[in-house]
Amino acid sequence: MTELVYLVPLLPLLGFITLLVAGRRLGEPMAGWLATAAIGGSFLAAVGTWVGLIGLDEHDRRVTHTVFEWVPVGDFSVDVGFLVDPLSVAMILFVTGIGTLIHLYSIGYMHGDANFSKFFLYLNLFAFSMLMLVLGDNLLLTFLGWEGVGACSYFLISFWFEEEANATAGKKAFVTNRVGDWGFMVATFLAFATIGSINYLDIDAAVADHAVSGSVATGLALLIFVGAMGKSAQFPLYLWLPDAMAGPTPVSALIHAATMVTSGVYLLTRINSVLHDAGWANDVIAWVGVGTALFAATIAVAQNDIKKVLAYSTVSQLGYMILAVGVGAYVAAIFHMITHAFFKALLFLGSGSVIHGMDNDQDMRRYGGLQKLMPITAITFIIGWLAIAGVPPFAGFWSKDEILLSAWDKGGINGFLLWGLGLLTAMLTAFYMSRQVFMTFFGRYRFADPDADEIEQAWDAYVDDASTTASAANDAQATALEANEKAIAAARDAETAVTDAKVALASAVDDDERSAAQTSLETAEAALEKANAALAPAATALDEASASASTASRARDTAMNARRDRPIAAPGEAPSAGEAEGFLPETVAARAEHHPHESPWQMTAPLVVLAGLSIVGGALNLPFTKGLHFLGHWLEPALAHEHIINASAATKWILAFIAIGAGAAGILLARATYLLHQRDPATFEKPILAEGWNYDNAVTAFMGGPGRVLFDAIAWFDANVIDGIVNGVATSVRSGGGMVRRIQTGFVRSYALGIALGSAALLIWFLVRTAA
Amino acid sequence: MLGTVLAAGGSDVSFPALTLLIVMPALGALLIALIPAARTEAHRLVALLATGMTGAASLWVLLVFKQSDDGFQLRSDDPQTWVEGLGISWDLGVDGISLFLVVLTGFLFPLAVLGVNPEHDPKPYFAWIVLLEAGVMGVFLTLDLFFFFVFFEIVLVPMYFLIGSWGHGNRKYAANKFFLYTMFGSALMLVGILSIVFLHEDATGNLTFNVVELAEAQSWGTNAGRWVFLSFALAFSVKVPIFPVHTWLPDAHTEAPTAGSVILAGVMLKLGTYGFLRFGLYLFPEAAVWFAPVMMILGTVGIIYGAIAATMQKDLKRLVAYSSVAHLGFIVLGTFALNTEGLVGSVMQMVNHGLSTGALFFLVGWMYERRHTRQIAELGGLQKVAPVFAAAFTLVMLSSIGLPGLNGFVGEFLTLIGAFVASPWIASIAASGVILAALYLLWAYQRVFHGPVEGENAEMPDLKVSEGLILLPMLVLIVFLGVYPKPMLERIEPSVDALISHIEIHVPDWDEPVADQVVGDHDDDHGDDHDDHGDDDHGDEEGE
Repeated sequence: MTELVYLVPLLPLLGFITLLVAGRRLGEPMAGWLATAAIGGSFLAAVGTWVGLIGLDEHDRRVTHTVFEWVPVGDFSVDVGFLVDPLSVAMILFVTGIGTLIHLYSIGYMHGDANFSKFFLYLNLFAFSMLMLVLGDNLLLTFLGWEGVGACSYFLISFWFEEEANATAGKKAFVTNRVGDWGFMVATFLAFATIGSINYLDIDAAVADHAVSGSVATGLALLIFVGAMGKSAQFPLYLWLPDAMAGPTPVSALIHAATMVTSGVYLLTRINSVLHDAGWANDVIAWVGVGTALFAATIAVAQNDIKKVLAYSTVSQLGYMILAVGVGAYVAAIFHMITHAFFKALLFLGSGSVIHGMDNDQDMRRYGGLQKLMPITAITFIIGWLAIAGVPPFAGFWSKDEILLSAWDKGGINGFLLWGLGLLTAMLTAFYMSRQVFMTFFGRYRFADPDADEIEQAWDAYVDDASTTASAANDAQATALEANEKAIAAARDAETAVTDAKVALASAVDDDERSAAQTSLETAEAALEKANAALAPAATALDEASASASTASRARDTAMNARRDRPIAAPGEAPSAGEAEGFLPETVAARAEHHPHESPWQMTAPLVVLAGLSIVGGALNLPFTKGLHFLGHWLEPALAHEHIINASAATKWILAFIAIGAGAAGILLARATYLLHQRDPATFEKPILAEGWNYDNAVTAFMGGPGRVLFDAIAWFDANVIDGIVNGVATSVRSGGGMVRRIQTGFVRSYALGIALGSAALLIWFLVRTAA
Repeated sequence: MLGTVLAAGGSDVSFPALTLLIVMPALGALLIALIPAARTEAHRLVALLATGMTGAASLWVLLVFKQSDDGFQLRSDDPQTWVEGLGISWDLGVDGISLFLVVLTGFLFPLAVLGVNPEHDPKPYFAWIVLLEAGVMGVFLTLDLFFFFVFFEIVLVPMYFLIGSWGHGNRKYAANKFFLYTMFGSALMLVGILSIVFLHEDATGNLTFNVVELAEAQSWGTNAGRWVFLSFALAFSVKVPIFPVHTWLPDAHTEAPTAGSVILAGVMLKLGTYGFLRFGLYLFPEAAVWFAPVMMILGTVGIIYGAIAATMQKDLKRLVAYSSVAHLGFIVLGTFALNTEGLVGSVMQMVNHGLSTGALFFLVGWMYERRHTRQIAELGGLQKVAPVFAAAFTLVMLSSIGLPGLNGFVGEFLTLIGAFVASPWIASIAASGVILAALYLLWAYQRVFHGPVEGENAEMPDLKVSEGLILLPMLVLIVFLGVYPKPMLERIEPSVDALISHIEIHVPDWDEPVADQVVGDHDDDHGDDHDDHGDDDHGDEEGE
């Protein structure tokens, strides 16, 4: 029955080929349903394979099925062959199972996209590659899947390629992963050169026979780990993963949370026999794992983009799995990989549902109170949160607890530190995930709230408006003042004219003069009367202008004071622009128009299934008695070197309670900060954390700065030095002798023709001879 | 005519099929030269017929090739001695090393003729292209050093005129540079050829230019061998090209007309790498072993240096040209790993590079026809308006990057794993070339195809059906050879193994660098518990 394994990758491959040929014709939603059917069928085949493997004796549960010889050269011989063992079957079950749910979800999520069928073409190709990665019975076939998923990840991150940022993120993911792939490739070379085979079973056999030296094992482990650092996003190569969120959300859930990013963990687990002999390489792995877990968790605390929180959370959780591998707890690593796939896929799909409902806004500061508006999304998301925050009996608690226990069990200061840092990470995880849930689903509905920028803009507009009014009033006052002064001067002039006229009248010597003086006196008196009459209105106008200018100035001062003294909305209350309310930008009104809605059933159904799995997933491997170690027992044939826990039952209980306490502390702290508003969020959301400790910026600056300068220097060196020498020689030869001067033009041409004619003559002569 | 060839092939292998591979294109060129210039359509038709029939004949050679035979096949029993007194003979043969290069040549030339029409003077254009094919076939087929040299030089002429007359902007400079570079490179080789022929005559009294006789006799001393190897190596290094004698290539590739670039990259660069295998390793085993570390380092320098230079190019065609420097570095690396994996990988990589870079040059050429620019900065967002074009470019690009499942990976991986067995540190450094390949190609792809589409780019037409049909066979082979390279590998390997044992015989204290086989001893202990099913299926597979 394990022959059904052929169908597992074959069905998605057929789906891919069909969509390649007829995807556009199938269109929406048929293309999506076809792809979903392909992966769904693959899931059924995986179940069949599983049943088939159960039917075998425990010791026979490592079966290879060869399809054909792939690269046979000399001693190097690699087949396209599948290794069906408990490990690969566990992987294909959850990859196809979650894959089916996410395909289904995508039918709803990608509704209306111009490249709907292309999206599903990539998804099916991804599923095929991922299954080849998992099922490959040798390093090279795994590498085929490894690179295949990388290429699909590239296609899907830059799916909306017209945005420059998406294209850049896709390229960054591929190139960063290639750094890791270098490690994988060299590990393959090393395995072949020292063992003579790159088949997993051969490698296991060689290790079992002590035919692999410790230094080779260490080298292999470290090189494979370099590959794992790329795919499983460990420090320092993690930095492609947060950017990968540029892809459509189902892609983030499937590829960048549940499946592809776990392939580094899978591969390390696959070669656990080598790791067993790899000595200090295990410590390197454990420390990089726990370091990445803690590092990424601190960054997640300060992110406001709902998907960025989940992205850093994924990096952090992958760190846990790597830690588990480093301490030899392979079952715990796979256990956490599976539970993480459940709850992180759930959280990502939930966030996609929120983003979908919130008009593609990803800023959690604008969410709030969504549990009433999107009930299914909210309830399922909350289940995912409880699972990742380590609340028993949800799935994440059990698997995380097992990793912490295994770290503790390593013993010594090393084990204690690994455990302690893991515990700190657990607390941070509970904190940032609670922050996310509280900001998104609880509290007040904030979507229509103006945000800080918008309020600032409103105040700017408000104060500007008052200032404009005030300065206009001041101008009017100045004009009135001038008019008043003019009127006073005119009255004074008229008075002088009257006095002059009176003097003229008094000194008149004859009648003619007297009557003329009399006339001008009358004119002057009339003018004076008019001027005096104008005085009062001018003074009134001035008074009025002055009054309104001072009112306007006061209004401006009031506005500025109001801005200065504006009340800061108490935490949890609606921020308001106060007096400036009327000046808010239109974006606020536009958001107020929007009504969040629950997503269609294709999207909510997978959420419900995943939520169910996130609740009961822990049952895969319960710690209480040996009989409940289902996963551990199942994986036994594939994991010869699983670390056996020595700790006493009492220690286990104590550690479990400490872990629960840490989780509770994280949740309570987040509650106090984001729900009860007793603490200022700024205490935790440090800018340096928001910037990811500036690591990404530093790398980008280095690549764009010194890196680019170096590359440019080499290109310059090639164009000017290497080629310059050649041209220099040519030039000096040319100027050296008159005869050679023609080299540049005529000589070459005639020489070339000479060769041509000479060869033609040779050929003809030869042909004639042969004929004769 | 084709019918006769095929009929003859079925019954009588001594039919001079290999001679036809050279003569058919040569006669085609002659015929084109005789047709009046006014009858433009006829030139193209004759060119198509000549290259098409040659292509069919090369396929026939592939069909009748016996894969288990490690010697030269289809070789005339009685080589025509051309000038008895001088020991020059018309001796042609094909083995696993040259087979796929012959087929690649036969495959690419008709596509090059079909793919692009010259902007002017079709008559000389087609005549030169078809003549070029005769020269290239000659190099791959001849087993006579004299004829090898003649063919090796002949190919310069058509390419010189193709670049100089039908090329782009700076074509005169590029053509002269190409010609002088390669000619000076091979001048010393002629001296080298004459030296070993005379040394052989001194030792045996037999004057011959026959490669097989010379290689088997090894009648020259260690020092002489090393010096003559150097003279050959210089000629081949220019042709490949190997750092630091590569600077003719970016100019020649960029300025050449599209068909010229396709052929230059597709087959002409392989004259150098093929030369290293056939005349470097075979004639001078001791020197090849002695110089191997240097050559591996030069190959690695080419991989890294070519990739870095490619990254910074502003001209898309120039970028592809520099990528060739990097790709050919892998071939040099694998060749001088001197083991089965490395050598088989090298031979396969020669074909892969011909397919992927040939296809890239077609695409870039067609893009130039549409947009009249190759400046990366002036392009952008093309995936929006030309999705099929972009998809074809993506597939070829991924092959060039070495994505598993496509042809480029198999060759690249084999050269690297062979090199690792011979020299782990060099191979580990060379493997970092795969990071750089992703960098320069994806970055270029992003700038050309992603982002918003504006201005003239918004009007770029998508791939035409006729162009798609030219590209399709290349794309199919890119996928097929990546998924199922076995038929190719198993034809290459016997000849490569024969070459390696030849080296082992003539270099007494040298053994092929091979992997440790720790599993071989223990396989039985562990085979039972897990391999049962695998073996069964395996058996079925082989039974087919």
